[in-house]
Amino acid sequence: MNDHVVQKLKSRFGEGTFEFHEFRGELTAVVPLDQIVEVCRFLKEDPDLHFDLLADLCGIDMYTPVKRFGVIYNLYSLKSKHRIRLKTFTEEEDPKVPTVSTVWSTANWHERETFDMFGIVFVGHPDLRRMYMPEDFEHYPLRKDFPLMGIPGSLPLPKK
Amino acid sequence: MGLESALGDSFLTTKLEDAINWCRKNSLFPMPMGISCCAIEMMAFAGPKFDVSRFGSEVFRFSPRQSDVMIVAGTTTYKMAHVVRKIYDQMPDPKWVIAMGACTSSGGMYRTYSVVQGIDQFIPVDVYVAGCPPRPDNLINALMTLQQKVQRGESRGSSTAIIGGHQSNEPHPLPVIAG
Repeated sequence: MNDHVVQKLKSRFGEGTFEFHEFRGELTAVVPLDQIVEVCRFLKEDPDLHFDLLADLCGIDMYTPVKRFGVIYNLYSLKSKHRIRLKTFTEEEDPKVPTVSTVWSTANWHERETFDMFGIVFVGHPDLRRMYMPEDFEHYPLRKDFPLMGIPGSLPLPKK
Repeated sequence: MGLESALGDSFLTTKLEDAINWCRKNSLFPMPMGISCCAIEMMAFAGPKFDVSRFGSEVFRFSPRQSDVMIVAGTTTYKMAHVVRKIYDQMPDPKWVIAMGACTSSGGMYRTYSVVQGIDQFIPVDVYVAGCPPRPDNLINALMTLQQKVQRGESRGSSTAIIGGHQSNEPHPLPVIAG
């Protein structure tokens, strides 16, 4: 099944577009940032592949000078019971990734969470507000340079 | 109540504060501030097996305006702290707070940016309960400890003028004690 997905993707988007990894039967494809929505839509809408469920969408901070932030998409097909993982990377300065909430509407909250924790801006998202942290919070807690105990004074407590 | 048969035609004398505090300590209405898993043990504490009604605290009030003691049971995040404080502020004086469990007392295993490292940073706590989560017996023990404090007229959160008791040197007017 993995080979079939690889073949399908290669024939649709060209030989050198993706970087494929396979580990213990799990297929991962690294997708160029500008093609992520197109690839997602193809994987979902192709009747043969039919990855209709976005199981999870999360961020990652590689803490590297280039391509520091990444977004990971875990897809699942209810029809073929197959899984695939997509990754795409963006730069530290002004991290922007196109939204896939137009493809799977469940991505709406997942992208808000990723924005809240990593500060990755999802371009075209209908309602990109913070999910967990207070609305006026100025930092991104899951970035590698955020201290474990937070920044003193950034989260106010009620008066005693 | 049987007291008549024991005492016959005689009578007892006591101080008004002592009588009021004796009444108060045997009818502490808890406000169940169940934020996370400690709340399950708090429910067992209220349920028939551990049966806190033996100590007069079976009436869990879901309105802060009708409660005497707030049992904060669970991990308190910075975001939730404002809610806890707001509910505490709505409770009428005199009032007490039990910090139930490791998270509530000290942040517990959540040594992280989002969790308040002990609720005494924003509300006065009368009794701390150790455990993760504490057994219901342990919470009953906390309640009994609190009853001793109530009998002595002590509260971290209420002024002594309102609750009466031995620690206050100033005479206080009668209606305020009753209120």
